[in-house]
Amino acid sequence: MLLIDLGNFTPGLSLAGGIVIGVAAAVLVLFNGRIAGISGILGGLLSLPRRDMTWRVAFLIGLIGAPVLAALFGMPAKADIQASWGEVLVAGFLVGIGTRYAGGCTSGHGVCGISRGSIRSLVATLTFMAAGFLTVFVTHHLIGA
Amino acid sequence: MSAITALLAGLLFGIGLMVSGMANPVKVLGFLDLAGRWDPSLAFVMVGAIAIGSVAFLLAKRRQHSLLGLPMQLPTNTVITPRLVIGSALFGIGWGTAGFCPGPALVALGAGYPKAIGFVLAMAAGMLVFEVLERSKARVARA
Repeated sequence: MLLIDLGNFTPGLSLAGGIVIGVAAAVLVLFNGRIAGISGILGGLLSLPRRDMTWRVAFLIGLIGAPVLAALFGMPAKADIQASWGEVLVAGFLVGIGTRYAGGCTSGHGVCGISRGSIRSLVATLTFMAAGFLTVFVTHHLIGA
Repeated sequence: MSAITALLAGLLFGIGLMVSGMANPVKVLGFLDLAGRWDPSLAFVMVGAIAIGSVAFLLAKRRQHSLLGLPMQLPTNTVITPRLVIGSALFGIGWGTAGFCPGPALVALGAGYPKAIGFVLAMAAGMLVFEVLERSKARVARA
């Protein structure tokens, strides 16, 4: 039985935010000819030989600067992190190595890949979503219940 | 000029993540918790992003060069490999554990949350381990 959490449901804001994310991906591909895939942009900085650093660094400055700018306008970004420090570190490591083997994450495969009509990206997206659903089911309902 | 458009794209991407709720791990975990009180909001993020993205990529696919004259570098890989599936599964396990994927983690880092800084450092470590493993594999293949 599916119970919808109506108290936290924000379809309008989420759709609006999604559209802004789509515009961001559009700007990067149409002006720079590059895919807005965060794990690939960051991973490229950590890879040798280092090449085309400038656009990667510029994009990441914008991404990390967004909450700084929002805070200056009195709208600080809210991140409620319930995971323990141990969980955060293990999760970060898995996300780092997993996205590099997969060649993309929620943005590169999920947004850009599906927008391109890539079956490979659709498979990646369905896989990480299924793994995410399963992980939350196990940690919230089997172990942590 | 290309640095300015990349900066603008990053800024918009971050704003979109904050507005949509993706930058908040509790919201993400609420979406991934099908068996609890499910918050379907984040499906709307994907709908909005893909609606705009599909038009943009339709235009991009027709071009050899970007509007700034840079080469259009779209992925050409279409093969579904064990690497793709296993990597995605590992990523999904991490995503479901902390509620962060790479973009939102960087936004929360910018907002100064200590655990987000820890997450990003661990994520960078995971990416570096990938680089080391790939390079040692290439060395074995050459030998």
